[in-house]
Amino acid sequence: MKAPPRHAPKRLRTTGDLRVLQRMMATALLRPLTPDDGLQPTWVDGRPMEQVASEFIKPNDRLSAFERLQLYSRMYWFRLFDAIRDDCPGLLAMLGEDRFGRLAQAYLERYPSRSFTLRDLCSRLVQFIGEEPSLTRPHTALAAEIARFEWAQTVAFDGESRPVLDAARISSTPPDRLRLGLQPYVTLLALAYPIDAYVISVKRRDALRSEASNTPESRTVAVPPRRRVPLPRRARTFVAVHRHHNRLFYKRLDPAAYRILEALASGETLSTALAAARGAKPAQVRRWFKAWMALGWFCAPVARRRR
Amino acid sequence: MPANRFNGHCDYGIGIGLRVPHYSHILSKKPVVDWFEIISENFMVDGGRPLQLLDEILEQYRVVQHGVSMYFGSADKPDRAHLRRLKNLVKRTKTPWLSDHLCWGSVDGTYTHDLLPMPYTFAAARRTAEKIRQIRDFLEVPICVENVSSYAEYHVSEMTEWEFLAEVVELADCGILLDVNNIYVSSKNHGFNPYDYVNGVPHDRVGQMHIAGHTKFEKYILDTHDHPVLDPVWKLYAHATKRCGVSATLLEWDDKIPSFDEVHNEALKANDFIDGAKKATP
Ligand SMILES: [Fe+2]
Repeated sequence: MKAPPRHAPKRLRTTGDLRVLQRMMATALLRPLTPDDGLQPTWVDGRPMEQVASEFIKPNDRLSAFERLQLYSRMYWFRLFDAIRDDCPGLLAMLGEDRFGRLAQAYLERYPSRSFTLRDLCSRLVQFIGEEPSLTRPHTALAAEIARFEWAQTVAFDGESRPVLDAARISSTPPDRLRLGLQPYVTLLALAYPIDAYVISVKRRDALRSEASNTPESRTVAVPPRRRVPLPRRARTFVAVHRHHNRLFYKRLDPAAYRILEALASGETLSTALAAARGAKPAQVRRWFKAWMALGWFCAPVARRRR
Repeated sequence: MPANRFNGHCDYGIGIGLRVPHYSHILSKKPVVDWFEIISENFMVDGGRPLQLLDEILEQYRVVQHGVSMYFGSADKPDRAHLRRLKNLVKRTKTPWLSDHLCWGSVDGTYTHDLLPMPYTFAAARRTAEKIRQIRDFLEVPICVENVSSYAEYHVSEMTEWEFLAEVVELADCGILLDVNNIYVSSKNHGFNPYDYVNGVPHDRVGQMHIAGHTKFEKYILDTHDHPVLDPVWKLYAHATKRCGVSATLLEWDDKIPSFDEVHNEALKANDFIDGAKKATP
């Protein structure tokens, strides 16, 4: 957003005036709330917020201009926090409520939504975790990997799927000329931690809790407290996050299999990709290809989009 | 106005919003429903489950698209990529008309994901109408704009909300999605008579109505869509139906969503008021 105006327009005669008013209001709503969920007491230029709000918002007999603006600001922050929480249960479990809340707020301050859909809200979270390591220290690397993994799930859920290359075309092209694209909804991850297992444990725990809270007895039986899922220990992990029959899956990959797929996805020919799989037995490689083709992972080469 | 040029001359009856908790019930039990309203943005995706599900629904049901992010009232130009996605969806659903809100929510390309109230001025009405025309010309589908519920008003406003709504739809030559719950909520928050609002809009432009539940707080009413419709809203709906004619009606229930049957039965209560309105205007 452009720099906020000092004053809202007194009259609204042009689209330019409308833009200034909207910039003023949006700036007010997007500023972080105080610890008790209030509007900040001063405007960007140091004037009292009560006064600034009164310049453009009408009060009524129950609420001041400040309070009316505050209602909208709370709705903004609560809505966006909810959306980030929904998309990042693993990161939330790892950081805990307080640190996750601080990370989400700092992220949205630097990268407010630039998309019409909340689906894209976390698209820059991995980058932001890298930019501000203090927010996740001492587990910044782990936090970044969980964020990458959770973004890959968004991509796997509704990312594009392209026409699957047929086996005949694949087998009739010589390997030194054959280039295969990987479906845009498939994300290959080389991780320092077994994030897939961690995220599954978190989801399982959260599902048990919500099951308990949805049973009719839950009015009398307490919902089990949120048990802490132990943080994963370092272990090199290769995984593809993808979908099959429109259901989300995580597929563990052998390191050599990962290298083949990664080489293909970055545009190498099949022969070059296979050379990357040094050490893997040809029969094993054939089995991998059979499985990947059955999953429909190969399409014509695509410039991989990052969303 | 049961069927008019603003709703593609469709006489659609009573529908409900298509919501995730009801998917499996709808697909397995195939209940009889006049039509479903979908949130366009949930299906403006590249692939995967949302589009598969939509196609399964489209095989059995009539669907109307309702958007939450077009922001006719934002000073920003319409976003081309957004419009192209929306047009692809329009082709897929063959929605006979499309609705979104008379509000703003983005500025300089930053999105609030909220439906923020407009300043009710002639300049804002001109800009908004111009955008509605551009968007309709691009999408090639009739558009109904919906009045939002609001919690704030601006000093710069030059007219009432219903005068502003009328000004915009006349300039844009588009339809109205009259949300009677939103009128009621705003009337309490701003202290006007909701019947003045209903009486003040151009009735022949109403192509659809929304009904919903709301929540009362000490100092304001919030448009929460998590309750059955409240009595005063039904009364206002009955009045609006007398004034505008029987319109395609949709119940919005978006939070604390009960079973499919409960939502559908709540929506069908509209029939009682429609019958009443028909008797009153032979
Ligand atoms: Fe509505």
